[in-house]
Amino acid sequence: MTTETHRYRFSASHRLHVPSLSETENNQLFGKCNNPFGHGHDYILSVTVGGEIDAQTGLIIRAAVLDELVRTHVLSLVSHRNLNRDVAHFREIVPTTENLASFIAGLLERAWPPELEARLARVHVQETDRNGFEVLVGVHRRRPVSNPETIVIHA
Amino acid sequence: MFVTRKAEFSASHVCRVPELSDAENRELYGEEANPNGHGHNYVLEVTLEGEPDPVTGMVLDLKRVKEILEEEVVEPMDHRFLNYEVTPFDRVVPTAANIAREIWRRLEKRFDDPQFRLERVRLYETSDLYVDVLAEDLAEKAALGEELAA
Repeated sequence: MTTETHRYRFSASHRLHVPSLSETENNQLFGKCNNPFGHGHDYILSVTVGGEIDAQTGLIIRAAVLDELVRTHVLSLVSHRNLNRDVAHFREIVPTTENLASFIAGLLERAWPPELEARLARVHVQETDRNGFEVLVGVHRRRPVSNPETIVIHA
Repeated sequence: MFVTRKAEFSASHVCRVPELSDAENRELYGEEANPNGHGHNYVLEVTLEGEPDPVTGMVLDLKRVKEILEEEVVEPMDHRFLNYEVTPFDRVVPTAANIAREIWRRLEKRFDDPQFRLERVRLYETSDLYVDVLAEDLAEKAALGEELAA
């Protein structure tokens, strides 16, 4: 089995807040991340695709194809945005990076051209150097996470 | 338990299929197809799986892993032009995926030991692109069969 991972960067702001909870509860739950005006991160998105290496070209996927998919279906929506205000999905759902990673995985799964040999295997979103969130897609969902991103630095 | 050892090498390469035109190669590989080649600082992470020996407390002697990585990868590939100096890249396009697979092939036979097995070869071509070659996972195959049957 061979997979290939490409990294992308985007900056966005968010506020972690659940409207159905009280001010105190939100504060206890989210701490600084609940600050009313929001705050931002330089997110690092890693997209992993799995598949056969083409015998002639030596490629699993053409980088330009994946770049275009990610640019059109993900980065154009989230880059330099206020996630709570600018991304419809997060009007009702709190934009934790867990939810952001699932959202991005869903966007890519839906946009994935059926004719592509390579399959989407994993989406990893690094919020800061100290925390990253990973969603496994398709058959990889059942794979034990024995291959964490090595850039996750545990402080 | 997983044990990972890292190694680095710098090498140049060019990604081109000789039978294809310049335009087709550019379409496939972008700048990687520029005819005179270019270089990368490759970073290799090799992961082995095994249980620590009850006496030594080690899965295996990391010095041995270091030596094997030196002999099989660093010595033959470091400061080389892969297409011209390292087989099989005279006939196989040295994409990150093919280099990673070749490294797997070279290491697999050196880590033939009942105490541990090669679990993963991860090759970074740049900090934004890496390839993983993973041991065939029987559980995963079974899961795939299940999914296809469903």
